[in-house]
Amino acid sequence: MNCTKCKTKAVIGLPRHNAAFCKNCFNGFVHDQVARAIKSEWMFGKEDRILVAVSGGKDSLALWDILLKLGYRADALYVNLGIGAYSEQSHAKVTKFAEAVAASHGAMLHLHTVEQEAGAGIKELAQLIHRPTCSTCGTIKRYQFNRVAIEQQYDVMATGHNLDDEAARLLGNVLHWQEEYLDKQSPSLPASVEGFAKKVKPLYRLSERELAAYAVLNRIDYIVEECPMAKGSKMLQYKEVLNRLETESPGTKQTFYWGFLDKQSKKQPTATTMAEKDRAVLHPCTSCSQPTTAEVCSYCKMMARAGTAKS
Amino acid sequence: MQIQLSHPARTVEVKGPKKVKDLLRELNLVVEAHLVIKGDDLVTEDEMLYDGDQIEIRPVISGG
Repeated sequence: MNCTKCKTKAVIGLPRHNAAFCKNCFNGFVHDQVARAIKSEWMFGKEDRILVAVSGGKDSLALWDILLKLGYRADALYVNLGIGAYSEQSHAKVTKFAEAVAASHGAMLHLHTVEQEAGAGIKELAQLIHRPTCSTCGTIKRYQFNRVAIEQQYDVMATGHNLDDEAARLLGNVLHWQEEYLDKQSPSLPASVEGFAKKVKPLYRLSERELAAYAVLNRIDYIVEECPMAKGSKMLQYKEVLNRLETESPGTKQTFYWGFLDKQSKKQPTATTMAEKDRAVLHPCTSCSQPTTAEVCSYCKMMARAGTAKS
Repeated sequence: MQIQLSHPARTVEVKGPKKVKDLLRELNLVVEAHLVIKGDDLVTEDEMLYDGDQIEIRPVISGG
């Protein structure tokens, strides 16, 4: 198989684009897809300060690498969840990338350790408050990324969600007719109220396989092991189904998710925009001031329950 | 040839020569969810693999 652009030996075939690329042309393709995502969704400009949420996995480290190579001002935040050897390994991968690659671009790494603040790792914390580990993890990560973005005055927060993540999430929302979540599936969510950072997903045009290939080709040392808490998750099941469809019919995932985005953009504007809806229901948490629909936000409630359970 | 697999980590022995796409089919693995790495190099589905090659089949799907 030869590269569609330069005719040298290809390293990856991309059936959904009816193309194959050598390393150099593939890197060009990946950078171009991210640049198109940033521009078409008005994510950020060259002067903006970006906070990348990194986990040590392929997507978030590839995102940090791509943004730095495209010349953006991107720092990162790693949240150490305290999941034993898995967290130790992922922390080491992030630190290695920050020192070996990001530092030469003048970028820095922020760190938050769950155990230091909560007195327990994520698994123990979830048990203390009788909640599923993944839901506890989601609440902590969303809270901490938003907190650091606001406190450190970043213009925007970027996550490594890719085409597979978004297509699987859309499938889950449609299967359960969770229409209220569909508005939040845009790759660019504005800072709708004071205290919320703008959130963007610059990798939504790239598949999980393409991002893993980018990491391998560019010698980005990421954690290959799956999070031990994610085993058997619904997201993994949806991704498996979508990948079987994709193999039989290349382009299925992008048609599904990009088609959804296209339909959303053509929808008649409703009487109230998402920002207006947010402003109507959100107000500062009485404990920490982050926006919430309740008197006390779910993060502060969680920390209070964990504190009570331990004492 | 020795094939290194993940989730769970294990090694299997497969007789070559064999094309990458045939190897994946034999192991019942979906192309879209895996990368095949020969030595240190990423290879396409039409690459021929031979006895003696060190092959890693790396899953690309995460819980996200």
